[in-house]
Amino acid sequence: MAPDDELYQERILDHYEEPFHRGHCPRATHAHQSENRLCGDVVRLELAIHDDGTIRDAWFEGEGCCISQAAASMLVERICGRSVEEVKAFSAQDMLELFGARLTPNRQKCCLLAWQTAQAALYAPLDSVGGNPKPK
Amino acid sequence: MSQGADTGLDVARLRADFPILAMLLHQRDDRPGVALVYLDNGASTQHPRQVIEAINEAYEHYYANVHRGIHWLSEQSTERYEQARRTVQGFIGAAAEEEVIFTRGTTESVNLVARSWGDANLRPGDEILLTEMEHHSNIVPWQQAAARTGAVIRWLPISDEGRLAIERLDEFLSPRTKLVAVTAVSNVLGTINPLETIATAAHGAGALVLVDAAQSVPHQKSDVAALGVDFLAFSGHKMLGPSGVGVLYGRRELLEAMPPFQGGGNMIHRVTTEGFEPAELPARFEAGTPPIVPAIGLGAAIDYLTAVGIGAIHAHEQTLVARAHEVLSSISGVRLLGPGPRHTGGIVSFTLERVHAHDVAQVLDRYGVAVRAGHHCAMPLHKRLGITATTRASFYLYNTLAEVDALGRAVEETKRVFRRK
Repeated sequence: MAPDDELYQERILDHYEEPFHRGHCPRATHAHQSENRLCGDVVRLELAIHDDGTIRDAWFEGEGCCISQAAASMLVERICGRSVEEVKAFSAQDMLELFGARLTPNRQKCCLLAWQTAQAALYAPLDSVGGNPKPK
Repeated sequence: MSQGADTGLDVARLRADFPILAMLLHQRDDRPGVALVYLDNGASTQHPRQVIEAINEAYEHYYANVHRGIHWLSEQSTERYEQARRTVQGFIGAAAEEEVIFTRGTTESVNLVARSWGDANLRPGDEILLTEMEHHSNIVPWQQAAARTGAVIRWLPISDEGRLAIERLDEFLSPRTKLVAVTAVSNVLGTINPLETIATAAHGAGALVLVDAAQSVPHQKSDVAALGVDFLAFSGHKMLGPSGVGVLYGRRELLEAMPPFQGGGNMIHRVTTEGFEPAELPARFEAGTPPIVPAIGLGAAIDYLTAVGIGAIHAHEQTLVARAHEVLSSISGVRLLGPGPRHTGGIVSFTLERVHAHDVAQVLDRYGVAVRAGHHCAMPLHKRLGITATTRASFYLYNTLAEVDALGRAVEETKRVFRRK
């Protein structure tokens, strides 16, 4: 591997192989799942949002390429303890910068899957009228 | 680089015809770049100078619309376009040139039959028999036709090793079966299907046979009369030709009885304010200005393939696939899909333990190795095999044994990237 090859650098592989908060979120209040239909990557985010608007806890589950799963791990680590407003203001560009490595347009979609899922999860309370059942 | 002289093709000489194969990738000031190892031929193939020159010659010397002008250019253009049709006719052994319809590609060819023949002939309860290894282009048009007509789709299963359950074919055929639509060669597994057997059984049940030949016509002798098939669909861009042109072969009496697919110019005999009379074959199914120069390019590609010899190309690919199985199966963590090299065309798909197919393809690209990763437009097949995505290497006449070895080394490197601990 060329030494300047930044895509599969240690930091990204670490998140892929030893992800932060992979699993179900205890006492989750919000959750959303998204899929990249092109490649089948799946990310589910579960959030425990406190009444004061703070994301007390965040976990993810998923399946897919290194980029989609490492990005989910990085994002979950980033948003734990942040306010909902801060996460809403966290842009796609911010996500690409958090990921760090340069990505081609196709792989940017992998990186942004978790980010899209998080943005949707903020508006997806569990057991709502729309039917978002709590995980078993 | 060893040029695979032991396979019977003079690959070094052939490669000199393909400008793009000399390319170096990922070149930078501090880095020399890596040689392109193009193993994505199942998606699209590269072009020899002879095809590029035929295309350039058309645009520079005789291009005009076809079947329209009285002027010299239009006559030249029409003659070359019709010559390409005769070249296709000869290549697939069609009885008449009118049986060769130029389309945009395999997908449009299948859609043409589904819309025209399907809507005119399918009734509620009629059955269309597909197989579990079909490409989406030979699934979705039939699902749409079934939704329009009330016909029912049935699925001929495959074995775990990826071969059609031919021994169960009779169970799935009945007087209700109106069409068997089957791929000649799986675009994922490479499995070569026994078309003659399928055609004989289907005809015995009174059904027609449509063959998705996108992965077979470029690689093996495909004689429609010998195969006994009713419709055959394939694309120019998978056989050294340009994208934007494909072929539908149909038996004359079937095509003559079918209503037009798209309406417009060229496909009519006469139009009045009251209605229209469709044209004769093949114009009836070629509405609007056809892909003139792409068809001429396809003709040049067929001339090239014929000069090399389709049998020699097939034998060469068999050698490459055998080596690929040997090289990849020696790498721990690699799972090869499909029934093995003796039953497959020039396609090898695999998974690598703990590494997603897109990551495999991405690391391979660093070594110049171009492969396809994903579900390859065959989601039902991947579901059947219980996997979400595979990495596919697909070969053609210009690939070498050394390139197969380069693929193996790049897969080893991929493992190293993902197993640091």
